[in-house]
Amino acid sequence: MRGDLPGLLHRNIQISVAAGTVPEWGLSLLSEVSMAREKHQKKLKKILITGNEAIAEGALSAGCDFYAGYPITPQNELIAYMAKYMPESGRVFIQAESELAAINMVYGASAAGARAMTSSSSPGISLKQEGISYIAGAELPAVIVNIMRGGPGLGNIAPAQSDYFQATRGGGHGDYHTIVLAPAYVQEAYDLARTSFDLADKYRMPVMILGDGFLGQMMEPILVRRRSPATKGHNKEKPWALTGCEGRRPNIIKSFALAEGALEQLNLKLQQKYKVIKNKEARFEGLFLDDAKIVLVAYGTMARIAKSSLTRLRLAGERVGMIRPISLWPFPQKAFCPRSKKIKYLVIEMSYGQMLEDVQLALNGKAQVEFLGRSGGGLPSEEEIINKVKKIL
Amino acid sequence: MEKIFFPPESLYDVPTHYCPGCGHGIAHRLVAEIIDQLGIREKTIGIAPVGCAVIAYDYWKFDCSEAAHGRALAVATAIKRVRPQNIVFTYQGDGDLAAIGTNETIHAANRGENLTVIFINNAVYGMTGGQMAPTTLLGQKTSTTLDGRDRQKHGYPLKISEMLALLPGVHYIERVSLHSPQEVLKAKSAIRQAFENQINNAGFSLVEILSPCPTCWGLSPKESLDWIRDHMQKEFPLGRIK
Repeated sequence: MRGDLPGLLHRNIQISVAAGTVPEWGLSLLSEVSMAREKHQKKLKKILITGNEAIAEGALSAGCDFYAGYPITPQNELIAYMAKYMPESGRVFIQAESELAAINMVYGASAAGARAMTSSSSPGISLKQEGISYIAGAELPAVIVNIMRGGPGLGNIAPAQSDYFQATRGGGHGDYHTIVLAPAYVQEAYDLARTSFDLADKYRMPVMILGDGFLGQMMEPILVRRRSPATKGHNKEKPWALTGCEGRRPNIIKSFALAEGALEQLNLKLQQKYKVIKNKEARFEGLFLDDAKIVLVAYGTMARIAKSSLTRLRLAGERVGMIRPISLWPFPQKAFCPRSKKIKYLVIEMSYGQMLEDVQLALNGKAQVEFLGRSGGGLPSEEEIINKVKKIL
Repeated sequence: MEKIFFPPESLYDVPTHYCPGCGHGIAHRLVAEIIDQLGIREKTIGIAPVGCAVIAYDYWKFDCSEAAHGRALAVATAIKRVRPQNIVFTYQGDGDLAAIGTNETIHAANRGENLTVIFINNAVYGMTGGQMAPTTLLGQKTSTTLDGRDRQKHGYPLKISEMLALLPGVHYIERVSLHSPQEVLKAKSAIRQAFENQINNAGFSLVEILSPCPTCWGLSPKESLDWIRDHMQKEFPLGRIK
């Protein structure tokens, strides 16, 4: 019994929050307690770390063998963390001469069987798009991190969510997708970094972690596992990798399909893969959807602010719910099944309405969709969200 | 009768797509013969460029990767770093290596990556129909320099091998040509040297090969070889550069 004390506390607080007898701070207490419980059960280590570093640590724990990157704000903590910890465990770290070189190094490392990653921020990710398209076409696993900043152009270095279209619609040339995962918490950034490598290997495709400058720079306590050793390209589960053709026919890694009909076949194969992913890999967090009259829809840092507004509105007796997409592609369409035509949706973004289009597509006219967003360094406050909700209600 | 001359094991026995008189077929074969001689076929990883040699992997019988235009040395850097036990080389044209990929070329060389580079200089963009390349000679007519390359409008032929030789990270650079049997033999020995350097962990090695492109030069195969001898090698002198 004594051993499961955190578990008992956890249940008690859950009940109290559900009953509305525990105020706002109960929610953060709940997360503290669940963290203590998990730490106790899985013998994890608790560390205080930024979102950028958490993604790097997640990559190390996932057995990332290779990292290449180019400095850009606001993701510099990530490249610095990799520079410090990759070489000491026999993994490859390269500061590339450009974003183009970095993404093409990832292509090469992945072709050689390594678990490979690069990271950047918005203008840098634009530069990487050609390489991402090649990685998708050559069916190589890779993890790409975009800690978004304001655009267009050089924009500024303030947090933003204005690369949603670029991330979820492919981004480069050709008929392709990347899986896009959007963490809202530093712990989730760590966890999704681990997941990204598994998804990339499973589907042999690029996976993007889409965060924003707030998440990248913010420090939070998280629980981490022991780091897996690097595979150094000796991955037996990758028979397609370039390792030298000893004892087998030569392998070729390419996206080029010149013969008549060959490129269509490659595209059909990709589309088939995307269909499976759409069915299997959509992720979201839903809150109070059972009785909500208005549903907030937000991802990443914006979702945390929306959640604070939701807590205050709930405590004031308003029937507000929330959908937080965690995978942006595939978009969690199935989360959008309103119980009646009277339910309204409020999409909140650090952009002027990009995810908004996916919500509208998912609802297909079945419910009213409102929007609240700011861009270029600004973001809607808790009060703005609450006022907007009250106005809609 | 005893058979003493065989096609290299590192080449598939298939016809190539190259034009009559093109140098790529010879260069491919030289690379394949050296890989056979050094006994490294089963641990070699080749990087094909974007350009005429884009499907070189259909001719070479060892592991190969495509690279985006100009990015072969970024791709090769990563493969070699992940798998230092393999022999990794790039095969790139002048547009790929000395125009769109100049940055990757200079930085891979400057890092002293232990790689072998086969650089085909034919003074034009062959695949796309003969536009001006960074290595196009002054006065040379191409589909984008109709009156010939003009130094005031287009700048000078880029001597990337000489530029790279200035970098301390570079171990070996030699310029060779395919315009006569004697020169082909010299080219073969330079290619061998460049691969041996990698085997001995000596560092970045590059062989620039002056190669004929009769189609885009508007010359017969024989005239093309003479053009290399009489014009091209004056701009790009043969021999060991570093």
